[in-house]
Amino acid sequence: MADLRTRIGSLELQNPIMPASGTFGIEMADIFDFDLLGALVLKTVTPHMRAGNPVPRVCELPNGMLNSIGIPSKGGDYLVDRIIPQFSAFKPPLVVSISANSAEDFAKFASRISVAGVDAIEANISCPNIEDDGHAFAMSTTATHKVIAAMRKATDLPIWAKLSPNVGAPADIARAAEDAGADALVATNTMLGMAIDVKSGKFKLGNVMGGLSGPALKPISLRVTYQCVRAVSIPVIGCGGISTVDDVLEYLMAGAAAVQVGTASFIHPMAMPDLIRGLDERLDAEGWETVSRVNGMLAQRREAANVLEYA
Amino acid sequence: MLKTNHELSSRPAFPLHQRTCEVKVNDPVNSQYRYLVVSAPDELLDCEPGQFFHLLCEPEGDDQPFFRRPMSIYGFDRDRGELSFLYKVTGAGTRSLASLRAGDGLDVVGPLGVGFTLPEDMTHPLLVARGVGLATLAPLARAFRQRGVKTTAICSARSADLLMSVELFEALGVRVIPVTDADGNSGTGAIEALIERLVAEEKVDGLYTCGSKRLTTLLKRVSSSHGIFGEVALEQHMACGVGVCQACVLPFSRDGRTQDLRVCRDGPVFNLTEVL
Ligand SMILES: Cc1cc2nc3c(=O)[nH]c(=O)nc-3n(C[C@H](O)[C@H](O)[C@H](O)COP(=O)(O)OP(=O)(O)OC[C@H]3O[C@@H](n4cnc5c(N)ncnc54)[C@H](O)[C@@H]3O)c2cc1C
Ligand SMILES: Cc1cc2nc3c(=O)[nH]c(=O)nc-3n(C[C@H](O)[C@H](O)[C@H](O)COP(=O)(O)O)c2cc1C
Ligand code: FES
Repeated sequence: MADLRTRIGSLELQNPIMPASGTFGIEMADIFDFDLLGALVLKTVTPHMRAGNPVPRVCELPNGMLNSIGIPSKGGDYLVDRIIPQFSAFKPPLVVSISANSAEDFAKFASRISVAGVDAIEANISCPNIEDDGHAFAMSTTATHKVIAAMRKATDLPIWAKLSPNVGAPADIARAAEDAGADALVATNTMLGMAIDVKSGKFKLGNVMGGLSGPALKPISLRVTYQCVRAVSIPVIGCGGISTVDDVLEYLMAGAAAVQVGTASFIHPMAMPDLIRGLDERLDAEGWETVSRVNGMLAQRREAANVLEYA
Repeated sequence: MLKTNHELSSRPAFPLHQRTCEVKVNDPVNSQYRYLVVSAPDELLDCEPGQFFHLLCEPEGDDQPFFRRPMSIYGFDRDRGELSFLYKVTGAGTRSLASLRAGDGLDVVGPLGVGFTLPEDMTHPLLVARGVGLATLAPLARAFRQRGVKTTAICSARSADLLMSVELFEALGVRVIPVTDADGNSGTGAIEALIERLVAEEKVDGLYTCGSKRLTTLLKRVSSSHGIFGEVALEQHMACGVGVCQACVLPFSRDGRTQDLRVCRDGPVFNLTEVL
């Protein structure tokens, strides 16, 4: 048995595999034991009730999907009174994802949900489906800093800032979030995309544009994860297109302290428990023992390569 | 501590499963439809008429289906350890299913969703469906007949050669009334008159349908004007199939207001009074 434990700031996770927000819910407790997971991450909730986007809300691509679910939300009271208690029976840390329309509203909402049972707050500042024309707070260093700083004043819980791949300089955004007091980063949310059905001449999504996820997104999220790891000293959680143990290892080698699995669970509901078992077996087989050893591997090999070059 | 619905229910701890099943039969039924039988372990067969499975469709030639495809249960037989589907070959996913041969593996997730209600005191259910909608109603007909309840089915199709499941329904002792576009007796007016007559003369006290907006609207009208219990199995594009992603929502009237419900988890079967 390899040692799969990993640390995200003050939280110790029993393993580095957790769900990505919006792709996980209590319904999946019908399929596998949540106590196996590294952490539990809930679907983003907004302070007030919100309808979602028009259907069709999803479309498939050869190696991934687009979604324009929007953030249908039952609001903060429902979250606190009904959803959070549903998860209290499970052992892994509970991470609640929130979104709001302004830095002030993010802060107020963070304070409202800082209740017993919640172990960290993920700030979804990167949803391409909620703001105008795909704009999100995480596309600007100033807006990112403002939201995270306001939340930092409003709660003592760890704050994870979920970043967007739809930016030119991810390292700048990552540093803004760290400076503002984020405890960890999640890289990344979906990438904004579009698809047209050429037979009908119609957009494939009811909301025209939507977020790309699944294997097609992986090289981009992996690159952003790596850029963030190099830019900050807080832990980075990788997310985007993970469906195999090799995918997990790639993110860990890029320096991610943990990973989130989203779309893969739609295709294989058992994806997360399978990845945990697979990762354990793989670390054993390779003799790598711990997650942090895998984290360091790329740097080690690079150094070794440099030594060779200069020898 | 608050208990979740999940903890309160008497269902097994893990009622849903992801399993690879062996294909036994995958034969064409006519020019458009295929009949697929897979061997299934007991836990998959703990299912109900109206529920569905989410089938993994492997890439096949140029077709690269990414999502699973939802398919109603056409039959389930615990004694033989078999699960069956009746499907129409339409696009990438169903073309991939069509390429399966006996002995191949098929990865399934299920059983999913809420099935049909069979009220104890119902004496004469009427099943109305067009095309592949009949696939969804077949296990319902079987369940009613196992109870010894008189059951009638109106089967609609473009032409007689596309009428499916008629022999199956008849073998179950269901009275089948076929209607086709070719014979000109499948229009809304003709079917409505037929149903009205069955309600008046043969005391139909349950209505079930699936697969057609037109038939659903019609049955909703009959159901509300006579106060007859009725249900419909709906279809909607899905991603997760298990209720977490909110891709498959449609608006319904429930608890006195209009609300989005998930076809995969809150349905696919809904009461006709809730359908908008
Ligand atoms: C609960 C449920 C039960 C069903 N039962 C049956 C059945 O017993 N027999 C049968 O022939 N068909 C059934 N269908 C419809 C079947 O799922 C679609 O025909 C199938 O998904 C089409 O896939 P494709 O790759 O051939 O078509 P494509 O057009 O290539 O599919 C593209 C995408 O659209 C989705 N899609 C297309 N049509 C439908 C549809 N009608 N409903 C939902 N998603 C759709 C596909 O799943 C896929 O994600 C059912 C649908 C639902 C929701
Ligand atoms: C259907 C769907 C809904 C999503 N909803 C949310 C959400 O509510 N909040 C959020 O932060 N990310 C959301 N995401 C993004 C995922 O959490 C994840 O960042 C992204 O899908 C990339 O990971 P993946 O390729 O493993 O899916 C959603 C993704 C999908 C596919
Ligand atoms: S398909 Fe995901 S909620 Fe229904």
